[in-house]
Formats: sequence, structure tokens, C-alpha cells
Amino acid sequence: MKPFRRRRRGRVQATFESAEAHLLANLSAQVVELLRDRSGESESSADPLATQLGMGGPALPPDDPVLRRLLPDAYRDDADDAAEFRRFTEQSLVSSKVANAEVLIETLRAGGLDDGPIADSDDGTEVEVELDPAQVQAWLRALTDVRLALAVRLGIETDEDLERLEQSDDDAVIAFGDVYDWLGFVQESLVVALD
Amino acid sequence: MPTPVQIDEPDVADDVRLEDPWVTIVWNDPVNLMSYVAYVFREYFGYTEDKATELMLAVHHDGKAVVSSGSREQQERHVQAMHEYGLWATLQRSGV
Repeated sequence: MKPFRRRRRGRVQATFESAEAHLLANLSAQVVELLRDRSGESESSADPLATQLGMGGPALPPDDPVLRRLLPDAYRDDADDAAEFRRFTEQSLVSSKVANAEVLIETLRAGGLDDGPIADSDDGTEVEVELDPAQVQAWLRALTDVRLALAVRLGIETDEDLERLEQSDDDAVIAFGDVYDWLGFVQESLVVALD
Repeated sequence: MPTPVQIDEPDVADDVRLEDPWVTIVWNDPVNLMSYVAYVFREYFGYTEDKATELMLAVHHDGKAVVSSGSREQQERHVQAMHEYGLWATLQRSGV
């Protein structure tokens, strides 16, 4: 990857190797899938009138720990207030996260990412992404959501967990840890380019 | 002369005061980059670079920081926005 660089009129640009672009799009699509499962779940059980009034969301936090991190309680010590807030706001939070991830995937496609299998596409072609200010905002949030999701699956809850991860000799953990670090590098380069 | 009635001093912490502002708290997490958290505080709250960095460091070192205060509705909007950014935020009554 060639890190994000500032262009004119608030735009930024970066170049990804084909395999990197596939990885990013794939992880983001997995986050979308998880979020869609959550909203599908609430739609099928919701009161239709409440849904129409925009208050048909679920009151209980998700069971899946990734979704719990992406859609956290707004009140820490008051379960009733947390449930009420979630009922009114969770669906809009889910929609905005899905929309951000879709922008990330779409801009990778616009930059030359094809939908073929990774093995066919790992031929040295590059995916060049140029983002306008609105797309930058979507990328910042979508990258964060992917990193949060991966961190939960890797068991990263404290700074000590990160150190433990770095010392692991489990090949799968090392591989996912490398992806996690790389996503941090991508995001850091985007934030720095905006300064 | 009537004897004065003994009145218990109200416990202020338990008392609901109308002017009590609500606060938005951002909690530390090991995932979000320090540069990103400071960026969000600048971009969303419009804080100066110094103030945003100070708040980011408070989150990092103290585990949490109050990043905003005001009406409950306002803090609910802030918390929702922080959740969109992927920051871990909650709101509560100030002074609890």
C-alpha cells in the first residue's frame, strides 16, 4: 500500500495492492453482514406501527460481542434508559454503519477492485482510491468498525491483551494480528493525511 | 413558643436539580488510535488541537474523560455520534 496523501479540495488518495483491497472489502462486507443480521432480527419481531414511527428498534443489546461493541449501551448504569435509547436509535446507527462500509467497498471497486476470487486477482494490479471529504468520513468510520470487530474476535479488551497478542506463537493469531496492525496503519495514514 | 421542627438536611447527591447538566463520557479502549480520537474531538466538537489532545490523553491515561456537558437531549446526540465514529461513549447526570 502507498499511504494516503492529501490532494486538492480536501481529497485524499492511496494505492492498494489488489490483495489488500480484497481484504479490506471482504472484512467490511463481513461487518455489513453482521449488522444486517441484527437489523433483520429486529424487523421480523417489531411492531409495524412502531417501526413506521421510527421507534421499532430492539431494546436489548445484541448477544454477539462484536455487535455489542459496534452498538454499545448509551447509559452505563441504567438498564431502562439504555433500553429506551437503543429502541429509538439503534436502527439509525446500524444504517449509518452499513452505509459507511458500502462507501468503502464502492470506492475500492471504483478504484479497480474486481469481484473475482483473490487468487485470480493477485497479479500485481493496483487499486487506486481517491476520496472526497464525505467519503473520507465514511472510510474513517468503516475502518474503525472493521478494527473494532477484529479486535473483539482477537480478544483485545485491554492494552495488556495487545502485548499478549504480540507474543503469541499461534499462526492464526499472528496472521490476524498482522491484518489488525495493517488496518491500524491504513487508518493512521488517513488521519495523518487530513492534518 | 413552638419548638422548631427538625428538618433533615437533603442529601444533595440524591436530589434532582433542574439545572443539573448531563455529561458525555468517552471511555478508553485499546483499539482506537490516539490520532483518531483527537481527530474526532476536533472534527465533531470543534475543539482546538490543544484541547482535543488534552482530552484524548485524559481518556488514555485516566480511562475516561468528560468531553461535553449540557442538556440530556444534546448529550444523547453526542453519544450517538461517538458511536458512529466507533468511540465508546456514554451519558449520565453530572456529578454522579
